[in-house]
Amino acid sequence: MHLLRTDSGADGRDFRPAVSEQIPVGLTAPSMDHLDQLEAQSIYIFREAFARLKKIALLWSLGKDSNVMIWLARKAFFGKMPFPALHVDTGKKFPEMYRFRDHYGKEWELDLRVEPCPPIDAVDPTLPPAARSAARKTEGLKMALAKYGFDGLIAGIRRDEEATRAKERVFSPRGLEGNWDVRDQPPEFWDHFNASPPQGAHLRIHPILHWTEADIWAYTKRENIPIIPLYLSKDGKRYRSLGDQDITNPVNSTASTIDEILIELEQTKVPERAGRALDHETEDAFERLRVAGYL
Amino acid sequence: MNMIVTPSSSATPNGTTRPQVRIVIVGHVDHGKSTLVGRLLHETGSLPDGKLEMLKAVSARRGMPFEWSFLLDALQTERDQGITIDTTQIRFRTNSRDIVLIDAPGHAEFLRNMITGASQADGAVLIIDALEGVRDQTRRHGYLLHLLGVKQVAVVVNKMDRVDFSADRFKEISDEISAHLNGLGVTPTAVIPISARDGDGVAERTDRIRWYKGPTVVEALDQLEPARPLEALALRLPVQAIYKFDDRRIVAGRIESGSLTAGDEIVIMPAGKIAKIKTVESWPATPVEGRQGAGRSVGITLDRELFIERGDIIAHAGTAPRETRRLRARIFWLHDKPLAKGDQLLVRCGPKESRATVVAIEKAVDPGELSSSENKAIGRNHVGEIDISLSNPIATDPYTENPRTGRLVIEVSGRIAGGGLVLSVDAGQRAVPVDIVPVESALRPDERSARYQHNGAVVWLTGLPASGKSTLAKALERRLFTNGGSPILLDGDTLRAGLNSDLGFSATDRSENIRRLAEVATHLARNGHIAIVAAVSPAREDRATARRIADTAFREVHVATPAEVCEERDPKGHYKKARAGALASFTGIGNDYERPEAAELVIDTSKRTVAEAADEIEQMLKTSGVLFDEVVDLAANI
Repeated sequence: MHLLRTDSGADGRDFRPAVSEQIPVGLTAPSMDHLDQLEAQSIYIFREAFARLKKIALLWSLGKDSNVMIWLARKAFFGKMPFPALHVDTGKKFPEMYRFRDHYGKEWELDLRVEPCPPIDAVDPTLPPAARSAARKTEGLKMALAKYGFDGLIAGIRRDEEATRAKERVFSPRGLEGNWDVRDQPPEFWDHFNASPPQGAHLRIHPILHWTEADIWAYTKRENIPIIPLYLSKDGKRYRSLGDQDITNPVNSTASTIDEILIELEQTKVPERAGRALDHETEDAFERLRVAGYL
Repeated sequence: MNMIVTPSSSATPNGTTRPQVRIVIVGHVDHGKSTLVGRLLHETGSLPDGKLEMLKAVSARRGMPFEWSFLLDALQTERDQGITIDTTQIRFRTNSRDIVLIDAPGHAEFLRNMITGASQADGAVLIIDALEGVRDQTRRHGYLLHLLGVKQVAVVVNKMDRVDFSADRFKEISDEISAHLNGLGVTPTAVIPISARDGDGVAERTDRIRWYKGPTVVEALDQLEPARPLEALALRLPVQAIYKFDDRRIVAGRIESGSLTAGDEIVIMPAGKIAKIKTVESWPATPVEGRQGAGRSVGITLDRELFIERGDIIAHAGTAPRETRRLRARIFWLHDKPLAKGDQLLVRCGPKESRATVVAIEKAVDPGELSSSENKAIGRNHVGEIDISLSNPIATDPYTENPRTGRLVIEVSGRIAGGGLVLSVDAGQRAVPVDIVPVESALRPDERSARYQHNGAVVWLTGLPASGKSTLAKALERRLFTNGGSPILLDGDTLRAGLNSDLGFSATDRSENIRRLAEVATHLARNGHIAIVAAVSPAREDRATARRIADTAFREVHVATPAEVCEERDPKGHYKKARAGALASFTGIGNDYERPEAAELVIDTSKRTVAEAADEIEQMLKTSGVLFDEVVDLAANI
């Protein structure tokens, strides 16, 4: 396992993998396991996005999913991600997350763009409190879009996270206002993606849409991808999903290694986003957010 | 119950892998698809804690009786409409399979979504209401599954509780649907009587269906075969991109079928060029030894510099795909406007795209009716067989030979409008070049550079007719030759008299003309000569192709003499003829010349002498490293 510990300061090098992966030699091609298949599919999506869109960026939330995405992008492009990593910063993340960003933004040679969110007063007051707080991020995202003129944003959402996200496409068009029209999504099949957003609109690209929470952890372990230690159990609690400090709660867990997390996931029936307040405020809060452009 | 369920995938800590089978559930709206899925999930304990209770509470709050289908209809909008909107992927396990279940809606409006879902399926469950029997949509979905190549279809006859579990009624429906599917060349793997609401036949053979001896739904799913191994087929590596992030030139793509390794002799289609794989690149560790099989996203380097572009297909010599400008496809149509003969489309075959024209519509079928319609257009949600003419040659396979490369999608106005399977290709425009072995020159580039005092280059003069390209090209040729260099003039018109005499002036022919000029010029440049190309080359896209072919050797010079000056000069009398209407497709008097946006040099010949213009080109060639200054250290350029 490869961690950026809080006590290691800015230097996480103590925890780098000791041995590089052994590459098998043989006459017949080694068969692909489940993670190999997921990886190959994601790389394909990354390369399609890079080939077909003019100006893209990867949304880096600093969480386990977007770290896996960056790893996949580096695989797709042989070491260095050839487009910016965009962190839309609410200013309310955990200190461990900021340390992680500053350290790995450098180590991974990311073209890191940190963009702020507007004050909470500027956000739809009819939303419940947590959703309103999350909607700030949507506003921040819109501002970043306007600033850079990206025509594609790569986002680390997964189908298994939440019912609304299960309806997503890999290349998902957003309207001029960044909104998502769930009822009028273009057909997408055979890995052919609709990559022509109308003038001024943009696409969301979802390279890990087909992954599950357990896949993310199994791959993080296999590839030795660094994680924020908040995911691991401390005093009987850990974070399964990381958002803003004030609207994210830890779950009860004794899993203090990735192996233990995987065993826990095999057994648990508690949804991943159980600790995210905004999912539970009203039945349709999450969908309303997504239609407005939330991830 | 023989089902092990987890809410997630097969990525377990011990890394075991099991065959994954993707399933779609199809059938007439209201015949109980969502209910069956909800029931399957409940029976197998795969629901998150509290989900069932929450939905029951929601139903009670709304004063509605609880339905199993609510489990899937988690979206507010879906509950409002009473139908499922889109596919939802759900995972669970049977004894020996990981199942990814795609809940497919049955409402006619959402058929395209069903096709999107069904296209990913290895097998299907076709559901029929025991009371209502086989309906239009049942037949349509059965036909579409056949069309999409889904051969494994299990039929469930649902709502048996509403026909008192009548074995006779079951047999009636079973016979009808079996006959229908057999007519499509599909033999149902099972026909199962069930009550999704009560659970009979789903995971258990209950007393109420004791007359039934076949498998339960769960057992039938467990028997479905995963897709056949693609690695056993011929190598197909469609090129997604060429990367030059560092000193490596990496050809990137996903192996769709077959396998490859360093040292393999390959052929690049449709151009038919040959090369050897030098390395298979990867990250973090590179290069990769050993064979790489179908499904891998890879990057390879080649033993020689060739012009390769996105959409080309890398294959092994001897088993290369056929190159064609004409193919027949069986398609399904999803666009509001019916597809008709003469329609202009964009066809995508893997990463390759080509403009295309519908030459003929051979069949147009409403899958619900299964009768060919008289009007020769394919309506929305209908299927048909069409002949397509492509403006660029593509390399493809009939789908029966390769299910991955033998399929295509059709785009209209930047949006996917249909998809289909390649039935046949009009092969034979070019023999597959199994016997071609390029011979390398005996001389090294630096030997030539030392003699000529320059590197190889392609100087591409583009501009309106009579802008002075040929005059300037000749002056430059003389100048370079006088200085001891090796310039060679490739004039567009001169080459049209011989090499390109088979080409006319259509957009397609002009593109081909430019491609050939660029290939010849690049060959000369690679061998140390300076090829001076003088060609109107009005299309920006064509010049971009030339630049890609010549790569770093390319120097574009825009001879930007004003149009009125060109027309006044008119040494060949072309403008006069064109004005008189006697010269079709003449570039110059219309607005069809697309000006270069980033030429290495722009020259207006109305403002300077020929010698001055040649000076400017010479200077540009010096500053951009083609011509050596007298004091140049030759070794530094080697």
